[in-house]
Amino acid sequence: MILRLEGVTKRFGGLIAVDNVSFDVPMGQVFALIGPNGAGKTTLFNCITGLFQPTLGNVVFEGKSISGLKQHQVARLGIARTFQNIRLFDYMTALDNVRLGQHVRMSAKLWDSLFKTPKARREEVAVTEAATELLNFVGIARQADNYARNLAYGQQRRLEIARALATRPRLLLLDEPAAGFNPQEKVDLMRLVEKILGLGITVFLIEHDMRVVMESSKRIAVLDHGEKIAEGTPEEVRRDPLVIEAYLGRSA
Amino acid sequence: MRERSRALSAWIGRRAHERNSVIYAALIVAALFFPTIAANLTGDPSPMISEAASAGVFVLLAIGLNVVVGFAGLLDLGYAAFFAIGAYTAGMLASGQLGASPLQHEIHIPFWIVLFLAMFFAASFGALLGAPTLRLRGDYLAIVTLGFGEIVPRVFRNMGFGSPLGNWTSGINGINALDQPTLPFWFVGPWVNQAFGVVKDFEFNYDPVAYYALMVILVFICVILVNNLQRSRMGRAWMAVREDEVAAAAMGVNTVTTKLLAFGIGAAFSGFAGAYYGTKLSLVGPDAFSFVVSVTVLVMVVLGGMGNIPGVMVGSLLIYYILYIFLPNLPDYASNLAQTVGLGFLNQPNYQHGWPGLSAEVQLLPFLFFGVILVSIMLLRPQGLIPSRSRAEELRRRSTDEQPITAVAETTAH
Repeated sequence: MILRLEGVTKRFGGLIAVDNVSFDVPMGQVFALIGPNGAGKTTLFNCITGLFQPTLGNVVFEGKSISGLKQHQVARLGIARTFQNIRLFDYMTALDNVRLGQHVRMSAKLWDSLFKTPKARREEVAVTEAATELLNFVGIARQADNYARNLAYGQQRRLEIARALATRPRLLLLDEPAAGFNPQEKVDLMRLVEKILGLGITVFLIEHDMRVVMESSKRIAVLDHGEKIAEGTPEEVRRDPLVIEAYLGRSA
Repeated sequence: MRERSRALSAWIGRRAHERNSVIYAALIVAALFFPTIAANLTGDPSPMISEAASAGVFVLLAIGLNVVVGFAGLLDLGYAAFFAIGAYTAGMLASGQLGASPLQHEIHIPFWIVLFLAMFFAASFGALLGAPTLRLRGDYLAIVTLGFGEIVPRVFRNMGFGSPLGNWTSGINGINALDQPTLPFWFVGPWVNQAFGVVKDFEFNYDPVAYYALMVILVFICVILVNNLQRSRMGRAWMAVREDEVAAAAMGVNTVTTKLLAFGIGAAFSGFAGAYYGTKLSLVGPDAFSFVVSVTVLVMVVLGGMGNIPGVMVGSLLIYYILYIFLPNLPDYASNLAQTVGLGFLNQPNYQHGWPGLSAEVQLLPFLFFGVILVSIMLLRPQGLIPSRSRAEELRRRSTDEQPITAVAETTAH
């Protein structure tokens, strides 16, 4: 497995947002995290990527504990993410957004930047090429010179994925990538996710749309009120009475 | 509609680039011919050239503050502190000052080395101040830098005679008689009323033309370096931190060191400018680095066009002109104007009715006029005189539609 959560707990004062959650994300497939609104899914993502530090428990990535690391250190190790409420750099071009994503894989120091050393020039050329390729990969190459702010909603979602891919991750966390999409766009997104898997990147996603989740994921974990209430294949999860109850409410 | 707005923004981008090249070219030409023009305008061009060299100090300051405020989006209200540190570095390390200090030994380091020492000290203090405070955001950072800007000149003021640590800075009197830069050779020509030639072992000796030339070269080098930075890995990281810190961190940008570097580089510019300023004036006193200096530089950056280097340069020259040339001469302009339009009686004081005469009245109100000018410019061009593409776009957007709602509607429609 590529990621293992060991009893991860996150408390905000008296509120327990994530309560003792453990599961393994296997390498090379799509793993999904589902649950009703406010179940603690995004908080869990934030705990993995270092935006929050877990109150208790441990996050293990490729055999090494990454608890306590800062966001940029986690990104350097090979975990990239997108955000539920798209967080692009609005007034940077699409191309610059993706180039920024490669920041962590670049080696130009302040000196190189100041004096535009040959090393810095070569790196810039390579970075621009790679960024163009990534924009192509997610299908928005024509938008390269437009500000992220001016892209259509669906293009922004794709740009965010391209930016995350630019950090050359081995694990990609997608936080509700299909939110606000129509059925056709959802199909397109699933195709993109398959292409990403083809690059050898494990995808771990949060999603509300059950059809998207059931079709694309090999394994699913379900959170409710911060606790993991089920885990298994889509078939197992679909039949789980606890899951049905969490989603549809207790039948009287 | 969307296609059109997109085409429009691309067009603005291209235009912005061309426009910047034109402004750079114009600035270079103006800088090269300024001494000649000044010589033709007045009998003794020295005051004008000296004034231009001092304006260059503010151009340097504005370029430096633009890195902090324009690129990285950190509001620094104590920028004059680093200016003071640079000037005092030059003052203490290149004059007889420390002979009177507990050190009892004068230090005379050559100007060219002092320039870099000042840069280094200012940058170190920038890092020292930045390390604990850059975790703060927005308003809080502004307040801390404001405090720092007040503390530094006060420390220098109180390090004079009778301070418990001995006399290091001559307190309120300031340090004077700074060593003048020397060069192994220098060029002379018609601009100093001599034939073309080369002089050996040249000493600057308060020569305004030499100081002017040095300033033009310094600004030229600094603009190239900052331009390089803006289009580099570092420049992108600054922009990203400005746009969204959380997202930048998630993409692997170490936001603390990135901000610290912006702060340090800004401080380095300020220190650099400070050493030049102190040496040119040959006087470093605590009053030259008040809060007003910090605010003036900030006004230059915002009004010129935050984040756009040529804009910031034009802004600083314009504000310098208004503050140090236009406003001091305004009383004369006003009374001359009154005379020519037939309102000459306004120039006569009438003390019975409490009218001190137009010239004296205007003299009392320079900052009223400064305020009116600033407010008018910001009303007419809120994005600054020559804004960067992103800033122009940002202000254009904010005043028109709110995009996300229409964006969702469109994506669900097709």
